[in-house]
Amino acid sequence: MDKKILFNAGFFKHIRRYTMLIALVSIWLIFSFLTDGIFISPRNLSNLFVQTVAVAIIAIGMTLVIVTRNIDLSVGSVAALAGAVAAFLQVKMGWPTTSVIAAALIVGVLIGVWHGFWIAYRAVPAFIVTLASMMVFRGLVLGVTNGTTIAPLSDSFKAIGQSYVSPHLSALIGILVIVAYIFLDFNRRRQRIKYGFKVTRLPLEVLKLFLISSAIAGIFAIMIFNRGVHCAVLLVMVLALIFYFIAEHTVFGRQLYAIGGNPDAAELSGLNIKKSVMLLYVIFGALTAVSGLVLTARLNAATTSAGQGMELDVIAAAVIGGTSLMGGEGTIIGSVIGALIMASLDNGMSLMNTNITYQYIIKGLILLLAVWVDIATRNKA
Amino acid sequence: MPDEYILQMEGITKDFPGVRALDSVTFNVKKGHIHALVGENGAGKSTLMKVLSGVYPSGTYQGNIVINGEKQVFHTIKDSENRGIVIIYQELALIKELNIAENVCVGNEVSRFGVINWDESFLKTEKALKQVGLNENPLTSLASLGVGEQQLVAIAKALSKEARILVLDEPTATLSQEEAERLLKILLKLKEEGVTCIYISHRLKEVFDIADEITVLRDGKTVASYAKKELTESKLISLMVGRELIDIYPRRKHLLKEVIFEVRDWTVYNPAINKIISDVNFKLHKGEILGISGLVGAGRTELVMSLFNVWGKKASGNIFLEGKELHISNPGSAIKAGIALASEDRKRYGLVLNEDIKRNISLASLLKIAKASIINENEEIKYAEKYTSDLHIKTPSIEQRTLNLSGGNQQKVVLGKWLMTMPKVLILDEPTRGIDVGAKSEIYNIINDLVRLGLGVIVISSELPEIIGICDRILVMHEGRFTGELLAEEATQEKIMNYATGRIKEEVNQDG
Ligand SMILES: Nc1ncnc2c1ncn2[C@@H]1O[C@H](COP(=O)(O)OP(=O)(O)OP(=O)(O)O)[C@@H](O)[C@H]1O
Ligand SMILES: [Mg+2]
Repeated sequence: MDKKILFNAGFFKHIRRYTMLIALVSIWLIFSFLTDGIFISPRNLSNLFVQTVAVAIIAIGMTLVIVTRNIDLSVGSVAALAGAVAAFLQVKMGWPTTSVIAAALIVGVLIGVWHGFWIAYRAVPAFIVTLASMMVFRGLVLGVTNGTTIAPLSDSFKAIGQSYVSPHLSALIGILVIVAYIFLDFNRRRQRIKYGFKVTRLPLEVLKLFLISSAIAGIFAIMIFNRGVHCAVLLVMVLALIFYFIAEHTVFGRQLYAIGGNPDAAELSGLNIKKSVMLLYVIFGALTAVSGLVLTARLNAATTSAGQGMELDVIAAAVIGGTSLMGGEGTIIGSVIGALIMASLDNGMSLMNTNITYQYIIKGLILLLAVWVDIATRNKA
Repeated sequence: MPDEYILQMEGITKDFPGVRALDSVTFNVKKGHIHALVGENGAGKSTLMKVLSGVYPSGTYQGNIVINGEKQVFHTIKDSENRGIVIIYQELALIKELNIAENVCVGNEVSRFGVINWDESFLKTEKALKQVGLNENPLTSLASLGVGEQQLVAIAKALSKEARILVLDEPTATLSQEEAERLLKILLKLKEEGVTCIYISHRLKEVFDIADEITVLRDGKTVASYAKKELTESKLISLMVGRELIDIYPRRKHLLKEVIFEVRDWTVYNPAINKIISDVNFKLHKGEILGISGLVGAGRTELVMSLFNVWGKKASGNIFLEGKELHISNPGSAIKAGIALASEDRKRYGLVLNEDIKRNISLASLLKIAKASIINENEEIKYAEKYTSDLHIKTPSIEQRTLNLSGGNQQKVVLGKWLMTMPKVLILDEPTRGIDVGAKSEIYNIINDLVRLGLGVIVISSELPEIIGICDRILVMHEGRFTGELLAEEATQEKIMNYATGRIKEEVNQDG
């Protein structure tokens, strides 16, 4: 096998992986320039991260749902319902925070079972099942809230969406993350050497470690310069890591990609498609509930219109991040970046006081552009 | 002047990321000839034809295409069609949901102001169908035709575009022997009408039957062009493979042991409630290669797919593995019990095309390389490397998407996937479809090795020489029943065909 050839094939793959990251950085630079640097200030970027949270949490799971050639249009309603149930139980019934969190998660799981049943076991297209759910659960939100806003929440509940980890602790977490990353990378390298496989040359490996560590340090620094890491942002990071791991390194994740890539071949290879899709929707239901909790906590209230239109932002984030609606392709990290791109556009244009009319138009066109770029580069590599 | 070149391709070089698929290839075709293009899997045959047709537009490769002495620049497929070049691809590009006329005319609709003139279209279709000798109403839906007839529709479509150069990329790979012979006759007739034909096939007998000239590609380079009479089959094989290949069917003495797999009273209905498999009984021994022969449509694929419970509705029947009854509710339970089924349709049932070789090979054995549900990627690479080298899969790396592999190499990836499950019973449905001679004999060697390790192997094949060449025992199927059983020593093509067409029936020996 020719070394140079291997390198080339890998090179093209990597370029593609970084296009969205490059797009994000370009957008940040443009907005920084247009807003005289206000955009790039730690305070604004921290806000931006917080604004991304609710969409990012759902986009993480939506990636896998789309990977299996399914979709979920009901996420906005489900998140709102989970939040409404939690707020109702706390404000009207006086439940403590841990219990309402559990209750909201159970709501999410049950909805996941409902979706999984119809989609996997009754073969109703996910588009229809979740379109129905979008209406049904919005109706339930109105029922639970009785058409009014439920507020205020206890301090411990609000903390999920409003509190910050102290700067010192944040710095410690950042350092731990970097150390863990370097350790895991070297461990992987050692394993590969043990198996007798080729590894990247050491200087290159160190360069890569250095770049990624600096990026992690940079992100933490931005937040530390503001007020520390926001709890919800920390939550997104943890969830993204968990789901990244599930997607890339577990049997379950592998199966999801194969199912989306070619369901017939997957079935004949012994995969239980129904079970996997069911499990995915259950997990996704819980994840959507988490997002609903964060959203509610941030607003310190459950409203009837919470999460409306969220499904579009989520799907856009996943698609901008390189998830293919044809199934079988998409990455968690890509979708998080996609969510950041969408939030950056919102944030930047608000800073510039762009007319809301143009905000919609620009976001729509950028979605189109992103997908086109993705398709165009995909054919080449 | 019959010796004039209608097509000259000169110095064609085509690169893909990481692969040089064609390396200054020269390919000249004389007017009115049938010119065969042969070579191993991944030699670059399909790629060369895609360059010719404009699938890879001018500028994405180096070299010249000259037709009738004029240099051509093709940017799209339409450009090449306008010069009379029509290609029938390895993967049929027909639309199952449409009828014959729609398929023939799609992309070339007879229309005025955008409104299709259906009467004209029917006339055109009927004329083309007559040319290929297919007696079907143009309104017949494509899905109701067999693969062979669909292939004829594809050719009719090509003819309706007034092809001057007709390219067929492995047209007979999915056809039965009879259908293939019919196709070859049609090609000879077209030749008389002055159509030049480029014919790609791994079936060398066909090549010798119809070709005037033969060009051999190897590793993306032209090895040589010969007039047919200058070549013998063994000379051609050594040109293709780059070495002598003494015996394509390496027969070895197998030691048959106890029965490992048995199917009793197997009856299956299709969704339209027609009996497709009636009362099938058979036994497979450890260390045996059992062949199942028959015409396309006899129910062989349906039989094995129904064993895995992925096709049809079972009315009766039992499966026994090593003497114990086995209840197969889904492919997963069959695989776990030690049965593997490599389907005949590698694109639909074999591969996840957008994933790489590594992930395809491990797909049916994920639990084997996982601990607590977490995949050990190094183990995965190890297995993938092993089967890639065992099966001689030609690829720059195991991280190549299977979409980018040549047809034969895709087939080998499917085989690798099933070998990795370490089955006790391996069912191979048309395992060498689209595979070159060298690789075929490698695969036979692998099957022989597996059998020596005590596996039982079932091979379904439409290629009679193959089934006679490698199997210890042959069951012949006709309309969902076994009509005959032959031992290797007594099997001849003629005997098999007699059973396969239902002309002669024999009570199949149930004791194996
Ligand atoms: N789109 C692509 N991207 C990358 N590599 C490709 C692509 N298409 C073909 N190749 C590579 O080019 C080489 C030639 O492939 P090609 O399909 O022309 O072979 P072939 O002679 O038709 O083989 P077969 O007999 O198996 O059909 C192979 O190594 C294949 O992997
Ligand atoms: Mg080919």
